Amino acid sequence: MTGRAVIAGVLGLAASASVACRGGAKAEGLAAWNDVYAVLISPRCLNCHTATSSPAQGDDRRRHFANVTRGPDGRGVPGLTCGGCHQQANADATGVPGVPDWHLAPLSMQWQDPGGRALASADVCRAVTDRSKNNGLDARGLLKHHAEDALVLWAWSPGVRADGTPRSLPPRSHDAFVRATRRWVEAGTPCP
Amino acid sequence: MTTFQLEVNGERRTVAVDPSTPLLWVLREGLQLTGTKYGCGIGACGACTVHLGGVATRSCLVPISLVGDRGVVTIEGIGKDAMGAAVQTAWVETDVVQCGYCQSGQIMTAVALLKARPAPSDAEVEQSMGGTLCRCGTYVRIRAAVRRASSQMK
Repeated sequence: MTGRAVIAGVLGLAASASVACRGGAKAEGLAAWNDVYAVLISPRCLNCHTATSSPAQGDDRRRHFANVTRGPDGRGVPGLTCGGCHQQANADATGVPGVPDWHLAPLSMQWQDPGGRALASADVCRAVTDRSKNNGLDARGLLKHHAEDALVLWAWSPGVRADGTPRSLPPRSHDAFVRATRRWVEAGTPCP
Repeated sequence: MTTFQLEVNGERRTVAVDPSTPLLWVLREGLQLTGTKYGCGIGACGACTVHLGGVATRSCLVPISLVGDRGVVTIEGIGKDAMGAAVQTAWVETDVVQCGYCQSGQIMTAVALLKARPAPSDAEVEQSMGGTLCRCGTYVRIRAAVRRASSQMK
């Protein structure tokens, strides 16, 4: 084997390893995304990421009662705003959930179809990573949103229903959700 | 029991109640302000609507512990406000009321609407008032009264 052939072979192996490495990172990123997606389509998140003019409520994701509508900025309409019932903290005495500035996600961030069914993983991923739809969040901004946003954090402290029973939680812990988001972000936010 | 200081209709009031007591019952039973009505008790009908920090709020759903320093305005106090007075006048002139049970909630909601949208469209009136129920079905007159109040405030 000539020296040139040896060098070519070494370079080829290195290139293959790099591709394999990139492929591995993407695979790990996609695996992490699956954990993120599992949380995003839980009722605690999906109920306010609707495709309709109103929020949903409950684990069965039924239409929000009292003819509540999203209004121009996702905070209801005058006389019937989100903040007219949802206070700055959960009201466990009456079963009303709350954090400061309770509101709906914009329609551009809908994660369900008009019939209430969760969108496919790839569709949610594209919506989440589209800065024209996600309020301009880059990957770092998405991680911060998942880690720190008060409404996101509420999903793991959702209080109790009117009958006093605890609301269900997302299928991963908040720590696991943030770790998965970080792995997904570090892998370049790959989508299925 | 915990003691709470409240500002209700511009007056400082003190009540000693369990922190989980809904604002509605503090108003009705603690302060004898019975113009605010108990309807469904789950925030679905709007009869208990008051203004909390200027926001139309279903008082049956808000524990007194979450009121904080926000002022409360009830149907007994809304007439001190120019828009509130205009809506009440329009309500009388339009002869809105049938049984009247829901009307304090209707008026409080209408005032909140007109303060935010002085000349609302029909769709805006329906969206804003659509969560406040009237079992007598006076919705046509309610809409007319909102229109009349809007015109009077121009």
